[in-house]
Amino acid sequence: MKRFAKLIQQLELSNKTNDKIAALVDYFNYADDKDKIWVIALFTGKKPRRPIKSALLKYWAIEITQTPEWLFSESYSNVGDLSETIALLLPPAQNTSDFQLHKWIEDLHDLEGKDDETKKNFILNAWNTLETQERFIFNKLISGNFRIGVSNKMLVNALAKQSSLDSAQIMHSIMGKWNPYEITFTELINGLHVNTDNSWPYPFCLAYALEQETEKLGDITEWQAEWKWDGIRGQIVKRNGELFIWSRGEELVTEQFPELHFLTDVLPDGVVLDGEILAVQDKQVLSFSTLQQRLNRKTISKKQLDDAPIGFFVYDILEFEANDFREHPLSKRRKILEKLIGSLDESAVILSPVINCKTWEELAELRQTSRSINSEGIMLKKLSSHYHSGRKRGDWWKWKINPYTVDAVMIYAQKGSGRRANFFTDYTFAVRDGENLVTIAKAYSGLTDKEIKEVNSFVTKNAIEKFGPVRTVKPELVFEIAFEGIAESKRHKAGLALRFPRILRWRKDKKAAEINTLEDLRQLLASTFING
Amino acid sequence: MALIEFTKRGIYCKQGDFYVDPWWPVDYAVTTHGHSDHVRFGNKHYLCHTLTKPIIKRRISEDLDVETLNYGEGIVRNGVKISFFPAGHIIGSAQVRLEYKGEVCVISGDYKTENDGISDVFEPVKCHSFVSESTFGLPVYKWQKQDIVFDKIKSWVNDNISQTKTSVLIAYSLGKAQRLIKNLAGDVPIYVHNSIANLNEVIINAGVNLPETIRITPETTKDELQKGIVIVPPAMRDSRWIKNLSHPVTGICSGWMQVRAHRRWQSADAGFALSDHADWTGLMDAITATGAEKVYVTHGFTAAFSRYLNDQGIESEEVMTKFGQEDDEENKVDLADAEATNTDIESPKLV
Repeated sequence: MKRFAKLIQQLELSNKTNDKIAALVDYFNYADDKDKIWVIALFTGKKPRRPIKSALLKYWAIEITQTPEWLFSESYSNVGDLSETIALLLPPAQNTSDFQLHKWIEDLHDLEGKDDETKKNFILNAWNTLETQERFIFNKLISGNFRIGVSNKMLVNALAKQSSLDSAQIMHSIMGKWNPYEITFTELINGLHVNTDNSWPYPFCLAYALEQETEKLGDITEWQAEWKWDGIRGQIVKRNGELFIWSRGEELVTEQFPELHFLTDVLPDGVVLDGEILAVQDKQVLSFSTLQQRLNRKTISKKQLDDAPIGFFVYDILEFEANDFREHPLSKRRKILEKLIGSLDESAVILSPVINCKTWEELAELRQTSRSINSEGIMLKKLSSHYHSGRKRGDWWKWKINPYTVDAVMIYAQKGSGRRANFFTDYTFAVRDGENLVTIAKAYSGLTDKEIKEVNSFVTKNAIEKFGPVRTVKPELVFEIAFEGIAESKRHKAGLALRFPRILRWRKDKKAAEINTLEDLRQLLASTFING
Repeated sequence: MALIEFTKRGIYCKQGDFYVDPWWPVDYAVTTHGHSDHVRFGNKHYLCHTLTKPIIKRRISEDLDVETLNYGEGIVRNGVKISFFPAGHIIGSAQVRLEYKGEVCVISGDYKTENDGISDVFEPVKCHSFVSESTFGLPVYKWQKQDIVFDKIKSWVNDNISQTKTSVLIAYSLGKAQRLIKNLAGDVPIYVHNSIANLNEVIINAGVNLPETIRITPETTKDELQKGIVIVPPAMRDSRWIKNLSHPVTGICSGWMQVRAHRRWQSADAGFALSDHADWTGLMDAITATGAEKVYVTHGFTAAFSRYLNDQGIESEEVMTKFGQEDDEENKVDLADAEATNTDIESPKLV
């Protein structure tokens, strides 16, 4: 545990990727094999089952420190993390312990099914033998996620460096299905488990935003242009009679989309497709807000199935006849894909169309019409490109259309959480509605650290009222808010809601009197509504 | 009539007709310590501790009209006895004790209860009413003993030196910088930024014993700095000068570094929870020791801390002040210095 605590500290202390990788390599060089398995599991989001509810941890911490509950809440809102709040509140440990990470995890696992008194004794005992940093980690093992800025890619790079194995292979292995209680470290990084597992997906190939002129990309005939769809990127895996749907968040979402289950019968075995999960009706893409009704639901009603039917727009084929096809050029993959999907003739699984243009100008013009078909722009993929693991510059570009924008005034501010726990970083914005201001969006990203400090000091000086953590502020600061879409909403006073609002820039040049009106937004809503 | 009242200009004693740490110009300003959120330009007359006098003259103006007291000494103004007691915050920091017709009020300014090895140690003073800061008035802020923290800093520095990295510590030029110098002095030479060197000179001339440091000049080489400890004020943090050092790593010494979120927010390479303000335990101990019937809570977690005191049966009230803006102020004050120095030390000689 001490070694792991040190690793976490090193990862947190540096914001340089190379330092983080060095710390990880160092850890993987010296740590116990069983511990390493758990570190990989924890960092890739494979949490052990929670034997104890975090509410109980909080309750016990409050009890032994005799902290009033409201004071605990104040502390929590300042610290921004429950595990850490508890670790800091507790009195210094009276004893010491030096168990390995996996031992703690196994002991916690054994608590499952035990009565609360046994659990409580175990936890209090543990708290009393651990230093603050170890306590924090111990609490995290029970209650939370490790969000310490280690991406899967970073972890894989460290493992590859330490083991001298191929990084794509390791990415493959750790993304598959494996049980940290059973697998050994060698088995895991060598990927011995993935061949026997039907479900494993490939790492998604991702694109960077296009920064240069399209002309600089060379001849347009070397490129494949497609619409960029605004849904949930997904991978459909069909092997040995089983169907799996993975989302980009590396989550298995098969159950959520029954419309696609027929693929079990029609897709041949040994096929993996990359595409976009979208709300689709009559082969037309519906807005993201329609799709949203279907996301993250445990059960789906008949009405939801009718109102928001799901379809899959297929981009690419990664595996065919049980062979990894990612090293083949896109042009060849596309041919196979067209043959495969074309033969299906299904309304829920549609080949994402290729846009044929002779010149970049022609394509640029067409791009301006993206919104009319609920697309957010164009994807450019080099015809000779392989299907890369993760983000690689050069072969794939996303060329999004500019977002909608609105000028709005800040009227509420709230302190952030996590690394921004002590600054007012979450703002609510309003537009004019006659004499009144009506809120239209809440946004918390888009400003630089320096601007946040500046806004923070404005809020401190111009707070009018205080509602818990929220401050009402003088309507003075004007911001340009970018957003991706607009939808009717009964929940909001304005009667409409913006999708993915974020701060584009601070309009220091504008006064509150010059902001947009609710009528402006209503007109926009009316114009987009026609397009579904 | 209450001995003090809280006005737009600051804490006011009507009977004695003077202010304590006012933020607008007044005729008579009693000054707890030399940080810029507590002492401002433009007062006709200042009363402060002997060691604070040269500091504020250096930082504000040589022309200030300043009268001084030592700890334990007092003067009387219109029947109100004003006396000073150590606050333990920085060199020269004082709690101001006011007494009139048997009623005693103590204004603590900023304080800490731990002995930092360089400021006179905080001394609790019995009183009826007490004005306390609450910068770290939440129970998650409980400091480790400073020896432990300094051991951490020393081992960080040694690791850096062996990995050919340059250790840069960010610290307020008044207070934190001298505390670091006093406690880190040893085999590794300490290099300080101009603004810190200037204040050190003033402090040494006032008779305080401060270990030797080296002022950074255009002649100082990157190699020398890499083998030493570099201390610079907050305004220098993101400067080109630091980026140009040989593998610079920055460490921030502040109570806020207790919490991971703040450490990450500051995007420094290391954070050390070392504060010149009292922690939760220190605040509670200090307040209990005064035996005060009424506690006014100024800057910090005023609402939470005041509510907790009331819960504990100590009558308390939160007071809005302009204290606690050290960060902003310190940055501004030092920026002038820093800019001057920047051009000095960002010379091409640093190779």
